[in-house]
Amino acid sequence: MSMNSSDPMTERAVALKRRWFLRECGIGLGGIAANALLTREAAAATRDPGPAGPHFPGKAKRVIYMFNAGAPSHLELFDPKPELTKRNGQLPPPELLKGYRAAFIKPNSALLGSKYKFSRHGKSGIEFSELLPHTAGLADDLCLIRSMQTDAVNHAPAQIFMNTGSQQFGRPSFGAWTLYGLGSEGEDLPGYVVLTSAKGTSGGASNYGCGFLPTSYGGVPFRSGGDPVLYLSNPKGIDARAQRSSLDALTQLNQSALGTAGDPEIAARIASYEMAYRLQTSAPELMDLSKEPQSVLDLYGIKDVKEATYARNCLLARRLIERGVRFVQLFHEAWDQHGNLTKEIKKNCETTDQASAALVKDLKQRGLLEDTLVIWGGEFGRTPMVQGGNDGRDHHNRCFSYWLAGAGLKKGHVHGETDELGFNVVRDPVPVHDLNATFLHLLGFDHEKLTYRFQGRDFRLTDVHGHVVKGILA
Amino acid sequence: MNAFRVSVLFIAVPLRLVAGTTVPLKVDFNREVRPILSEHCFQCHGSDENGRKGRLRLDLREAALKGGESGEAAIHPGKPESSAIVARVLSSHADEVMPPPREKKPVSLAQVEILKRWIAEGADYAKHWAFEEPRKGAVKAGEHPVDAFVREKLQAMNRNPSPRAEAAPLCRRLHLDLVGFPPSPAEVREFEQAAVADADGAVRSLIGKLMKSPHFGEKWARHWLDVARYSDSNGYEKDLPREQWAWRDWVINAFNRDMPYDQFLIEQLAGDLLPGATQDQIVATGFLRNSMVNEEGAIVPEQFRMDEMFDRMDCIGKAALGLSLQCAQCHTHKFDPITHDEYFGVFAFFNNAYEAQSWVFTEEQRKVVDRILGTVAAAETSLKKQRPQWAQELAAWEASVKAKEADWTPLKATELGSTSGLNHPTLDSDLSILTQGHPSTRGDIYAVFEADLKGVTGLRLEALTHGDLPFNGPGRSRYGTWAVTELVVSVEAPGSDKSEPVKLIKPTADFSEPDGRLEEEWKADFDKEQKRTRGPVAYLIDGDDQTAWRADRGPGLRNQESVAVVQFEKPLDLPSGTKLKVLLRYLHGGSGNGRDNTMLGRCRISTTTDADPKAQPVDFAALRAMQLAPGERTPEQQQALFTAWRKTAPEAKAINEQIAAQWMQFPSAPTSVLHLAERTGEQIRPTKLLDRGAWDRPKQVIEPHTPAALHPLEASGKKDRLAFARWLADERSALTARVAVNRVWQAVFGSGIVETSEDFGTRASVPEHLDLLDWLAVDFMEHGWSHKHLITTVLTSATYQQSSKATPELLERDPRNWTLARGPRFRLEAEVVRDSALSVAGLLHQKIGGPSIFPPVPQSMLDYNYFRPTYWEVPTGPERYRRALYVFRKRSMPDPVMSSFDAPNGDFACARRPRSNTPLSALTSLNETVFVEAAQALAQRILREGGLDDASRADYAYRLCTARGIQPGELQTVLKLLEGNRVRLRQGELKAGLIAFSSLTKPEELPADATPNDLAAWTLVSRVLLNLDETMTKS
Repeated sequence: MSMNSSDPMTERAVALKRRWFLRECGIGLGGIAANALLTREAAAATRDPGPAGPHFPGKAKRVIYMFNAGAPSHLELFDPKPELTKRNGQLPPPELLKGYRAAFIKPNSALLGSKYKFSRHGKSGIEFSELLPHTAGLADDLCLIRSMQTDAVNHAPAQIFMNTGSQQFGRPSFGAWTLYGLGSEGEDLPGYVVLTSAKGTSGGASNYGCGFLPTSYGGVPFRSGGDPVLYLSNPKGIDARAQRSSLDALTQLNQSALGTAGDPEIAARIASYEMAYRLQTSAPELMDLSKEPQSVLDLYGIKDVKEATYARNCLLARRLIERGVRFVQLFHEAWDQHGNLTKEIKKNCETTDQASAALVKDLKQRGLLEDTLVIWGGEFGRTPMVQGGNDGRDHHNRCFSYWLAGAGLKKGHVHGETDELGFNVVRDPVPVHDLNATFLHLLGFDHEKLTYRFQGRDFRLTDVHGHVVKGILA
Repeated sequence: MNAFRVSVLFIAVPLRLVAGTTVPLKVDFNREVRPILSEHCFQCHGSDENGRKGRLRLDLREAALKGGESGEAAIHPGKPESSAIVARVLSSHADEVMPPPREKKPVSLAQVEILKRWIAEGADYAKHWAFEEPRKGAVKAGEHPVDAFVREKLQAMNRNPSPRAEAAPLCRRLHLDLVGFPPSPAEVREFEQAAVADADGAVRSLIGKLMKSPHFGEKWARHWLDVARYSDSNGYEKDLPREQWAWRDWVINAFNRDMPYDQFLIEQLAGDLLPGATQDQIVATGFLRNSMVNEEGAIVPEQFRMDEMFDRMDCIGKAALGLSLQCAQCHTHKFDPITHDEYFGVFAFFNNAYEAQSWVFTEEQRKVVDRILGTVAAAETSLKKQRPQWAQELAAWEASVKAKEADWTPLKATELGSTSGLNHPTLDSDLSILTQGHPSTRGDIYAVFEADLKGVTGLRLEALTHGDLPFNGPGRSRYGTWAVTELVVSVEAPGSDKSEPVKLIKPTADFSEPDGRLEEEWKADFDKEQKRTRGPVAYLIDGDDQTAWRADRGPGLRNQESVAVVQFEKPLDLPSGTKLKVLLRYLHGGSGNGRDNTMLGRCRISTTTDADPKAQPVDFAALRAMQLAPGERTPEQQQALFTAWRKTAPEAKAINEQIAAQWMQFPSAPTSVLHLAERTGEQIRPTKLLDRGAWDRPKQVIEPHTPAALHPLEASGKKDRLAFARWLADERSALTARVAVNRVWQAVFGSGIVETSEDFGTRASVPEHLDLLDWLAVDFMEHGWSHKHLITTVLTSATYQQSSKATPELLERDPRNWTLARGPRFRLEAEVVRDSALSVAGLLHQKIGGPSIFPPVPQSMLDYNYFRPTYWEVPTGPERYRRALYVFRKRSMPDPVMSSFDAPNGDFACARRPRSNTPLSALTSLNETVFVEAAQALAQRILREGGLDDASRADYAYRLCTARGIQPGELQTVLKLLEGNRVRLRQGELKAGLIAFSSLTKPEELPADATPNDLAAWTLVSRVLLNLDETMTKS
């Protein structure tokens, strides 16, 4: 949105003139920009005009967020701890446990070394676990943060915190804030699309909700079973032609009402039905991977294009952003290994590693990576102490790992460091609000200024916290 | 938009109508100055001491005149040129100018002019408008008060109101506003005829008629449900279903009975504390329990209890007080006069409560219960008459029982937990162990004690009640019952990490059920053959996981305490430092969801050194009562003693049998309600201020108190929830009635007189129609806080009855209709959209109240739950088409139909909904199952009732959907669609059977003369008509 360049007076006059045309919320679907003007106005016509447009030119124009829910173990994947392996079976040093709260286990449980080996990769020499051969292959493209920290130790509050910046429900998600700030580029698809594999998430729909922002900024789940978008298919027996003639009639009738009642909201409704119609074509086309070349399917490791897998969602993410979708978020809740860690985490990596890496490679090949922010991570980490026998880890909020790639980020870079047991951060901690502040920075926003007034208060994604993590910026 | 409004009215034209002439006005502090200070200054120079910069505060005149640490007066009355505030906002130096450039909130020149004029005129402050008591302005006799205020403004702007709407749309508008679905064509005709003779009379009589309809309560309850964050599930990861619909029905009834709003609030905040509280009044306090409940495995229950408390505060703020209370949770409010301390002062009124659950009986059942209790009481009275010496006999019996009791020492656990880690038992001050949070259907709880183990002969397990447990417990099952599979005791020598089991013998209990198979409802997938049994206390230590000790005395008696005693095979004689571990294993739950657990909610472990300790067959409640001096016993405890005594008295055999037979008839309630119940005695919970609002950083104790800036609390009497409720519902409250009136206005006009209906604080600028709001608020209170009176007042106004036609001129001047120069026109609320479709289709089910129904949702939605809702059974009968009010609301899976039309899902209080028109909502009303069924049913209705030719049918269809006849152009469009599809149907391109029917909508016989092709063609038309803007809009 070009708020920054034009003359504010003219801008305002134009806005006022158009605003009567749209009234409160107008149309839009996370800014489906079928008629870009209308959608922008829909956003602008809400109670406060809002920031509408970046504060400065952002490096990233869009986001793909692979939210690996359930809390992947940093100790098995990203953060090698030979000392932990050495002290396997011993009790943790008592001073470490002062004031520490785990979720389930007694903090004073034996240390558990990882069964998996780490090795250095690429020119950068970043160490990755043997569980992640494909991700490791991208070492020189990634920015790995080993010093994430969060406030919550339960799944639902921690997921909500990571995604909305608050442990209390009802705040807009990062994706919703992004749309609120940037709108959508696409013509026929929602601006914020959610793809789920494995099971439903602990945080539920609030993970991608619009909170108090207009409804149209919420994430729209695209589903692998049944209709990709809820109620996308016409009722039984109604073919495309019948649908078209029905909508033509509807438009005509509504137009006649517009003439009589004069309410511009009728025009907004007419437009929303037209967009719905286009979505009926664009969404199935988007979901149809049959025309993707075999080489691409192989890259992602997709065996059956119909099967609802994480890999399929990774490819869909690329297809979505190619079609102008601003924000794509994958949810894959599978990482809560309180027990059976060795086997289960291996299985998870087999499901996700190749595809996550393929997505980055694919974006890079297509020249999309340079202005796309790619994020991989979950809600917290796991304890260096064992849970239940000898093969599980509990929730741990003191440290965990995230990897990022793409726009404006350092490449082949490791940020932050944990202690020799992977218990505490010892260098460059990155709290959740800092991470989100940095994401917004990459998108061209001052996180303290991207606000929305609700109940008399100017809310933001980062609450009253957050510092941009300069150390990861290119 | 607010800024625009202000600029047009009060900056560019600072004139106001006073007694018919326009005169220049003094700057109005509340309208003009406060918004500037609030927006640009208060963040750092407001009421929050901690965030204050330069020790300067500008929200109080005295402080502003004095200045901050620079010593310079920020404001010099009469002298803008020497007032620092003016110099600072005008400064061109980056480190001088205010607000600092990094805030990116510069003060405009126009605003500086206002500040200057205000200072020149003396810089008078005024109390924020919403904190001044509302007053009723004068209205000329014979004038409708609403119109008087609205038209005064219009006249001042040289504008005219719109003419009265035609009768038909007005009739439809009234129906939608009063009952939430449109009128039938016959009802429209009737109203039209009545209106010809007497338009006002027709409106009044329709309002009267619709307000008598039980659907009135359904429509208006929904608005309260939004702000009360009603939901049918607990939220968070587990998101288990909850039964709270009894509270929802209470709200419907309250609106139908026109319960005074002050009473409405009092009962919901403190109904349980009213003298002689009825079941309904307890149900009412369910309001406070609509918060989400986290039952995730790893929680600390207190953390999430605090989150519930914060949510309660937020809700009370938004729903009743119109203040953003939650802004003072972490620090003193930046804008409103609510200190951090005062936040916890209000919090304290609510904090001393159990999170209770009680049965809700039907009216019939209540009669049965009353009869049983009456009969039991009468039988006991007759026993007392028969045996005048009963008191002495009871005392002698008591003495003999006491003499046989061993001397028990409760043990203090040094470690508590569960093997799975999912459950979090906590130690209470009386050494009892309370388990809350995650309910496990299989699992255990253990406690470790480092007690003196010299000559210990026996161990006692008490199953104790507690207000936080379902129905007081002692168990955590859906009935508050329990079943303990095994009691396992082991010891660990000092310095050893090896645990040695201890052999237990001679189990005894005060009561056990007879041996029996576990009932069908506890069926578990790990015990498909239902091998498990329950019953005698011997099962507690038989080493068999198939058996459990259970003491369920049946409905009416089951939620009472029990005790078991076991002996050590050899008395324990162990060195000090030995750890004694007691583990309670639970393998007798079902496996549906957590409510199928059979855990003990509260228990206590004691030991004795007495020889041969046993549990006597005396109700444990009576034994507990005996431990108190007679004068200290509550009536319930005295009753427990009497009951236990008579059961042992051989002379009372006949009466005992009579009473037992009565209890056998005790009904099982069909539902229950979550509510608050006050803690008393040793359980009273003090409130501590939480540093930065963090649950685990308690500071000093805070006594209950209300914010000083609001009206005072009655000085006398207890400071409990009831006192707060009465304070809130007091006529002296400047906010309560205004907030309620504004909510009604918002429901009718689409936007409140105060647009921010959840926030009347200092950030809410003076509303344009404040006089009107205040008149209505005072009138509301003068008329017994009657919603029906208030709504009647609003709907009988000419302002409400105006045509909603928006001319280009009106749109240009006033796009959002804040001048009220035309009638309301906006898309219907989610519920009304769905109910209207069902209503015009003739499908809407009329039943009021009862359990929520599960709407059809795509399988993919059910699959995306963390826990699949296996209980999601969609009705196929008429209940399928119940009103949207009764559609099950699952928090982590917001209903797709409701949410695509902007309904909130109840995670938190919602005082106003957004209104959006998205392609998703278009797809929903075009293609969602219930909408499709409605289109099919509508087609049948059109063919059955709409006459014999297409034109009259189309006209009838329009009348059903929009309350008006079809226009010629529209008729052409409909006929064209009809004809086009008929051709395709005839040619076999479209299949009538697929389009016209589902298995649920297929009629037993077709409408006379209609073919399946007709039905299909009309189904296609119906689908279009249900999606008309006019069908979905109140106009």
